[in-house]
Amino acid sequence: MNKQYKLVRCTINGKERETMVDVRASLTDMLRNDFRLTSVKKGCEVGECGACNVLINGECFNSCIYLAAWADGKEILTLEGLEGPNGEISDIQQAFIDEAAVQCGFCTPGAIMSAVEILNEGRELSDEEIRIRMSGHLCRCTGYENIFRAVKKTMLKRLAAASGNRQGE
Amino acid sequence: MYDIKALYEAESIPDAVRLLQEHPEAQIIAGGSDVLVQIREGKRAGAELVSIYGIDEMRGVCLDGEGAIRIGSLTSFSHIAASPVIREHIPVLGEAVSLVGGPQIRNIGTIGGNTCNGVTSADSASTLFAWDAEVELTGPEGIRRIPIREFYIRAGKVDLKPAELQTAILIPKKAYEGYHGNYIKYAMREAMDIANLGCSVNVSLTGDKKTIRDVRIAYGVAGPIPMRAETAEKTARGREVNPETVKAFARAVLEDIHPRDSWRAAKAFREHIAVEMAKRALTTSITLAGGEIRE
Ligand code: FES
Ligand code: FES
Repeated sequence: MNKQYKLVRCTINGKERETMVDVRASLTDMLRNDFRLTSVKKGCEVGECGACNVLINGECFNSCIYLAAWADGKEILTLEGLEGPNGEISDIQQAFIDEAAVQCGFCTPGAIMSAVEILNEGRELSDEEIRIRMSGHLCRCTGYENIFRAVKKTMLKRLAAASGNRQGE
Repeated sequence: MYDIKALYEAESIPDAVRLLQEHPEAQIIAGGSDVLVQIREGKRAGAELVSIYGIDEMRGVCLDGEGAIRIGSLTSFSHIAASPVIREHIPVLGEAVSLVGGPQIRNIGTIGGNTCNGVTSADSASTLFAWDAEVELTGPEGIRRIPIREFYIRAGKVDLKPAELQTAILIPKKAYEGYHGNYIKYAMREAMDIANLGCSVNVSLTGDKKTIRDVRIAYGVAGPIPMRAETAEKTARGREVNPETVKAFARAVLEDIHPRDSWRAAKAFREHIAVEMAKRALTTSITLAGGEIRE
């Protein structure tokens, strides 16, 4: 068969990028191979585990079951995009460390990106809602409770900071 | 890399029809959460694909000129659940699709894909059956609209003619106005699981809330395709709202459904929970409709 390619132009972690993709490639393949964004993990590659989760136009997607060709025109955020201007890690990453929500770390980038989707909503979710929203991730190590705590803590911290800012105005 | 022979990306509905005509062997890929997994498993390996995922005109929920709820076939489950139209007129559909897979799957999974697979366990399907939904199909000959019950032919087979695609799902005004419903999914896990049985019920009560004006019930996984339990519906229609009616209704579903034994659950167990689910879903629906079941 003749190989088929497509030029994909998209924004990745705030930068405009373009690359020629093989139409058979998944978005995981594209992000890892063409851009070396290796926070995007290959776990199951059938959309079950969430290790490859990234944000596309602000929503979570398992990039293993998303065709690279579809990324054209999209805005993609991976864990690498959370890095601060001086290489700092973000509050949610720090919370994962503080709460021991990381052991082997394989599920962590994916889980953090789901947390980012939640945090970006800027509202307080109930415990039940947080659990549902984080339910698309399999973690073989932590038992989930610490992940839940890290997300909740960061959410409350950000909300407190936001209301503090409003009061200061 | 996926084992895909060729990928044709449609930019519009007419473009999709044309591509399907040009490539009669090609299969349609919407969000891909089933198609890509099947390619990975080898089931559809080497397939030619026509991708309709980029057709934005097939996304979104609105009320059409006749007051029908129109759901573009590519609308994701999460967008259906968040839609103000769905929340106002048929919240149970939002609840049902919120039980599909996990959050990421609900962002990629589309209601059109879910129904075109012809799978009995699709969480959206039993509710669409229970609400007399209609399916809009667009093909070389134009647009046709058929009841979802006719769209499903047999397990894995739906009524899609060559070069035709499903472009919308509609719930006519008379099918939703005045109705209140509930969906219950029975599965082993709370997330990322496929239903052992799904049951969707809705009722319309008379003005004084004392009589069941109409009731509809549909199951997923009770047979090879989603199905209505018409004997149960007839049993309860026109009857007074009371515990006996609910019981008679629930018992009558066994006249209609034919669940099977599988590694997920035994037939006898499925029948047992089917009755219990009918009872609970009707009770909740009646309460939502403002009725009261006095012992
Ligand atoms: S690797 Fe994508 S969901 Fe598991
Ligand atoms: S930390 Fe090891 S899988 Fe989650």
